[in-house]
Amino acid sequence: MQTDPRLILLSPGDTVYVLRDQIAAGEAVMVEGVAVSFAQSLGLGHKIARLAVAAGDRVIKYGAPIGRASRAIAPGDHVHLHNLVSDYTPTYALNPQVAQNRGD
Amino acid sequence: MRGWLRSDGRKGIRNVVAVAYLVECAHHVAREVAGSDRDHAHVIGFPGCFPNPYAQKMMERLCTHPNVGAVLLVSLGCESFNRHQLESVVKATGRPVKVLVIQNSGGTRSTIAAGQAWVAEQVVALAAAPTVPMDISELIVGTVCGGSDGTSGITGNPAAGIAFDKLVAAGAACIFEETGELIGCEAIMEARAATPALAAELRASVEKAARYYETLGYGSFASGNADGGLTTIEEKSLGAYMKSGQSVISGLIKPGDIPPKGGLYLMDVVPDGEVRFGFPNISDNAEIVEMMASGAHCTLFVTGRGSVVGSALAPVIKIAANPHMYARLSEDMDVNAGRVLEGAASLEEVGQEIFDLVVSLASGKRSKSEELGHQEFILTYKSFEPIGPACLPV
Repeated sequence: MQTDPRLILLSPGDTVYVLRDQIAAGEAVMVEGVAVSFAQSLGLGHKIARLAVAAGDRVIKYGAPIGRASRAIAPGDHVHLHNLVSDYTPTYALNPQVAQNRGD
Repeated sequence: MRGWLRSDGRKGIRNVVAVAYLVECAHHVAREVAGSDRDHAHVIGFPGCFPNPYAQKMMERLCTHPNVGAVLLVSLGCESFNRHQLESVVKATGRPVKVLVIQNSGGTRSTIAAGQAWVAEQVVALAAAPTVPMDISELIVGTVCGGSDGTSGITGNPAAGIAFDKLVAAGAACIFEETGELIGCEAIMEARAATPALAAELRASVEKAARYYETLGYGSFASGNADGGLTTIEEKSLGAYMKSGQSVISGLIKPGDIPPKGGLYLMDVVPDGEVRFGFPNISDNAEIVEMMASGAHCTLFVTGRGSVVGSALAPVIKIAANPHMYARLSEDMDVNAGRVLEGAASLEEVGQEIFDLVVSLASGKRSKSEELGHQEFILTYKSFEPIGPACLPV
């Protein structure tokens, strides 16, 4: 299935892609054959869901768990503080738009 | 590569005068003493007034670091720091050492004048000191990441890991650290240990870090990490872990323990016992200082958001993970690993570039942060138990 080349897959079983370039607000991006867009721009290094993850299930990156979905994640969703939590310690974010997860 | 041979057999890639304040109250005088020749006189010190065996050990290791050729100790006079012991440790290595006690030296101006005169004499002597050939296998190299973002773990950190693999293959000792930023990596890391007993020690060090940070209420995770796309400590950890490369892990050391031979070492930086003195490392330079205390000649520093720091005593190589940040802060960056994201270079190519830069740094080339005069240094209170026998398998 077609995926935008700006999204890179770090390990075969990962549930997320990583952005290797910026995506502008409203821009159409192909994720697994489906066009999605985002209300805010996303900076490089941010994550976009490749696979659906049920609330409470693990999100996988680098082939390893990076925390659990705090709500259901659908393919094409921006994955960040609003839908992913650590299994260890909570994450502190100073900037309100990041805390509310509106991206970079 | 040529270095300065020290009496303990180690060789330095720099030959500087360390000007060490032994309590914050002596910091200004030390800074003014070194201010007359910052290229050759580097300020280090411990701000606390109350005794701490860890700080004593750190200062002893730092004042006898292979990059240090002479030491000036600046004491106020009433602090608890054991200046007598520190002086005798330095003296025993054959390095010139002088103690100035401000309360016995007539105050600020006359202490500064006396210090500057002594440092000027040492700088002349150090400039005339002979060098000897030095091999890569005699190097100790550390690595940290700071101001990480979602690019650090896919460009700069794996490139630093490739450089580490090349250094280890050439016989160098390499140190990676911050067990608080390896939380979530326990299982994959222990599989790389040289022995099963060491594997258990590696796992225990990360579990200790997880407990410690749980008590503090925050992980080793700054707000800027989230701005850059990182969401959880375990995600940051997996990216940080990439700095360690692929080599077998030869040992677990604590700050001030010097790697006994070449190989890859994890440094356990989280204090032992109950939580006492606050965050284990309050900022990136605390980690650089601990690796210097374990003999690191230089440090590979990977940054995504864009740290600009360097270090006193031992040069820092700045590796930009994020090409957008590199464009903004190129004057501070030695390597642009962000090229990997643009398809302009492979990780292998960037890894080789970092390796070559370590060799040229050890041959006298100055890093960007050195050129810019960065000499950050921070040392705070901590408490450690000695490492167990399983940590350094023979």
